Amino acid sequence: MSTPQPPQAPPAWPATPDSRTPGYTSPIPVVRTHLGHAIASEWTKIRSVRSTMWTLGVFVLLVIGIGLGTGALVASSSSDLGGESPLALGFFGLLLGSMCVITLGVLTTASEYGTGMIRTTMTACPSRGRVLAAKAIVFFLVAFVVTLVAASVVALAQASMLENHGARVPTGSEWFKGTVGVSLFIALLGLLSLVIGSIVRHSAGAITIMIGLLLAPLVIALFMFAESLSKVRTGLLEYSIPNQLSVFYSNSLTSSGPTGWDPLWIALGVTAVAFAGAFVLLEKRDV
Amino acid sequence: MIEAVGLTKRYGDKTAVYNLSFQVRPGTVTGFLGPNGSGKSTTMRMILGLDNPTSGQVTIGGFPYRKLPNAPRQVGALLDAKAVHGGRAARNHLLCLAQLSGIPARRVDEVLGVVGLQDVARRRSKGFSLGMGQRLGIAAALLGDPQVLLFDEPVNGLDPEGILWVRNLMKSLAAEGRTVFVSSHLMSEMALTADHLIVIGRGQLLADMSVRDFISANSADFARVRTPDTEPQQREKLSSALTEAGGHVLPEQDGALRVTGLPLPRISDIAHASDVRLWELSPHQASLEEAYMRMTQGAVDYRSTIDQRAGLMQPLPPGYQPPIPVPGQGQPGWYAPPPPQPGGQPFVMPGQPGQVPAGPYGAPAAPAAPGAGGPNPYAQPASEDRAPAGPAAPAQPPASPAPAADLTKPEDAR
Repeated sequence: MSTPQPPQAPPAWPATPDSRTPGYTSPIPVVRTHLGHAIASEWTKIRSVRSTMWTLGVFVLLVIGIGLGTGALVASSSSDLGGESPLALGFFGLLLGSMCVITLGVLTTASEYGTGMIRTTMTACPSRGRVLAAKAIVFFLVAFVVTLVAASVVALAQASMLENHGARVPTGSEWFKGTVGVSLFIALLGLLSLVIGSIVRHSAGAITIMIGLLLAPLVIALFMFAESLSKVRTGLLEYSIPNQLSVFYSNSLTSSGPTGWDPLWIALGVTAVAFAGAFVLLEKRDV
Repeated sequence: MIEAVGLTKRYGDKTAVYNLSFQVRPGTVTGFLGPNGSGKSTTMRMILGLDNPTSGQVTIGGFPYRKLPNAPRQVGALLDAKAVHGGRAARNHLLCLAQLSGIPARRVDEVLGVVGLQDVARRRSKGFSLGMGQRLGIAAALLGDPQVLLFDEPVNGLDPEGILWVRNLMKSLAAEGRTVFVSSHLMSEMALTADHLIVIGRGQLLADMSVRDFISANSADFARVRTPDTEPQQREKLSSALTEAGGHVLPEQDGALRVTGLPLPRISDIAHASDVRLWELSPHQASLEEAYMRMTQGAVDYRSTIDQRAGLMQPLPPGYQPPIPVPGQGQPGWYAPPPPQPGGQPFVMPGQPGQVPAGPYGAPAAPAAPGAGGPNPYAQPASEDRAPAGPAAPAQPPASPAPAADLTKPEDAR
């Protein structure tokens, strides 16, 4: 019975063709790949799975359905808006709908880990950062465009519905904030979810984290009765995502806290930091 | 050309791959063998830059994978047929990979035709069978028309036609001058496909040689010698005579002797000279499978044990005999079981006295057969070639050799 060969250096081969001379050359021309290729690939990916259609479909239904519903409700009641901007009524639909965007954002990255597709992707594109960047760009644009369309439809409908119910005519900057502003904010929220999905690499875990981030500050603040905690409580309320979203409609729950475009800068900062972290982890970790 | 130098990978305190150095050359199919958990897939992942080696490096054509310009055009890989998003149609899956490396979309339809999936191209891969999944994975590997190809267990789940197709595909890819690196645990498949073997066990290199060298280096061909059971002293006599003559004698469970180091005529001469009668003198040659088992037996991580079912069994009915263990369950050294002896001790079902089951448990071939010490079939008059052995055994021997025994039986030349 022979013993196993001990580990050894590669044996000296008999005379063979040099390793540097490739034995086979493909007739298909080899191109230099860049971010554009990765973006095209990610666009194919995002449009070829049903979860995209489902989450965005539900999102549009929620935003437009709730928006038109509240508009119709206020319009049919005898209540007077008392000079409020009619755009504010779009808030409820977007708040609920943001959960769909969060889900899609997480799924864009985490589902690749769940299915094992990530190994195929990273083999096909060893520049991992490029893949993450392409995902972020494609998802952000999709989320932004869909939100913008839905929010604009709702804003226009509500403005025309409530014209005769004491609502004032919104200014140009209010229009801008109530459509483009909220769309950027929602898309950034989705992008943060995408990044968290890339860090956590688990769909359910990442969605839970993001829903928690969305709701927990408000819920926690509700239970902070103690006087000594009032500062924390106000902070939690002011910087909770629902309140930041309402800032775009100038109907914040509190008088202090973020105003104007602040929520967008906050979201941008948080997302940028998370993105950098995800980028470093992606380059360092084993797939 | 794939070249690994001192490749080591640790996960926490577990070393998956240790100091692995090898070369995979173009123009041949190189088989990558090793027991489960021996580090094959980890090595594949390190070659593809998915896992970073703890130390050492692996290069393809002189570059680490992640430094290759347009890597998928130079290296194609089937790592895991399940590594797809099941909700995406086969064609879209390949299309997104093609776009990632700037491959024209018509190449997608080409490879779909190559693997025979053109009819299900628009179906979601969730509904694919294991074999269809493998074909999709192979299509992804071929997409870039690369000069280096890695396949991890490519024939898993394929039907015989598919296995033949993969075998010919590997060979034709290698014949075109490409480097083909295939991991598998199907020895018979490797014997037919690969020209060169790299064998690892517990993450370390065990062998790096051609298939033919591997078999001859790791399988000791042997002769089986059987003396009359009725005269044990003859066996002792022959055993010492053979040892004296320079042979290596190993007794087998059923009383036969396994002799290595002596040619058959010499054994016969020695037996004649020491006045010992022989009932059997047969040459045996080991298969690739046996050679592989022999080499890796010390490096197997997951070894099965006999299912004891302790405390779970009903009281045995009277006359019940414990079942014969199936070869390969928790028995060290099962890699080279003696070939089935005709007769032996057939297993008798408790409820049906006198009836031999047709199932695999009817195998009389277990190496540790409890009947080893009992009457030997050869003790019967030689008129019948399969004589009943056990007292409870019926007159009729099993009609066909049991499949369970054949799976692990070495390829005997007799």
